[in-house]
Amino acid sequence: MARLLVSLIAGGLFGAGLIISQMVNPARVLGFLDVAGTWDPTLAFVLAGALAVSVPGHWLVRRIGTPVLDRKSHLPPPGRPDRRLIAGAVLFGIGWGLVGFCPGPALAALGTGEAKAFGFLAAMATGMWLFGRIAGR
Amino acid sequence: MTPFDPIPALAGGVLIGLGAVILALFNGRVAGISGILGGLLDGERANLAWRAAFIAGLVGAGFLGLKLVSPDVMIAADWPILIIGGLLVGIGTRLGSGCTSGHGVCGMARGSIRSIAATAVYISVAVATVFVTRHLIGG
Repeated sequence: MARLLVSLIAGGLFGAGLIISQMVNPARVLGFLDVAGTWDPTLAFVLAGALAVSVPGHWLVRRIGTPVLDRKSHLPPPGRPDRRLIAGAVLFGIGWGLVGFCPGPALAALGTGEAKAFGFLAAMATGMWLFGRIAGR
Repeated sequence: MTPFDPIPALAGGVLIGLGAVILALFNGRVAGISGILGGLLDGERANLAWRAAFIAGLVGAGFLGLKLVSPDVMIAADWPILIIGGLLVGIGTRLGSGCTSGHGVCGMARGSIRSIAATAVYISVAVATVFVTRHLIGG
């Protein structure tokens, strides 16, 4: 129960952060990616703000070792980049550059009630689901 | 759209980082949205509840936040591009085991070589994609 509450709060913080930073707005994200146009540095500042907390935070996580509410950590062990990782990042990059939505903002934007936000999410979820089928989980 | 303002950008980033840290610290989980949503869609029973709770928090906070501050949300892509983009983001993030949150905020903070490589690739490819669509064919 406590773990669920933590998940809910973590998701809530994420959502609030995406709204306050305006990362929920694809036009803002595309402005960052458009280095040859009127460049919008917002995303770089959002990432800097996140890492300013996340880097010392994860240092603490590593020091403590075991999560407070679970018997063992589920964080992935370190590994080398492989073809699969790079191919996935390329496909993701194309989709992100075409629309300006990555998964978090696409979910946070549902509150707008805009048909296109739901359309993107449906396509993204279909892609994820299809991959799960093909990869044969 | 409002002009660039570093304060809300940094403040929003801090909240995102905080969300990622508490999930790792208390539950030992990566706050990777594509992994959480994808795992939910795979229907993995054992991890259904916490993933659903995280997504509910994210969508709920998004809903409330949009009502309170009503920022612009401009989705310029037309429908065919929107659908193609959505499919690519869905397949790509699963194939590449993460997105901006999992690799960008969590993995990079943990010093993961895989996450740093993935982030460098998806940002570069997205920059190239915007360059092609806006300046080469869009213009």
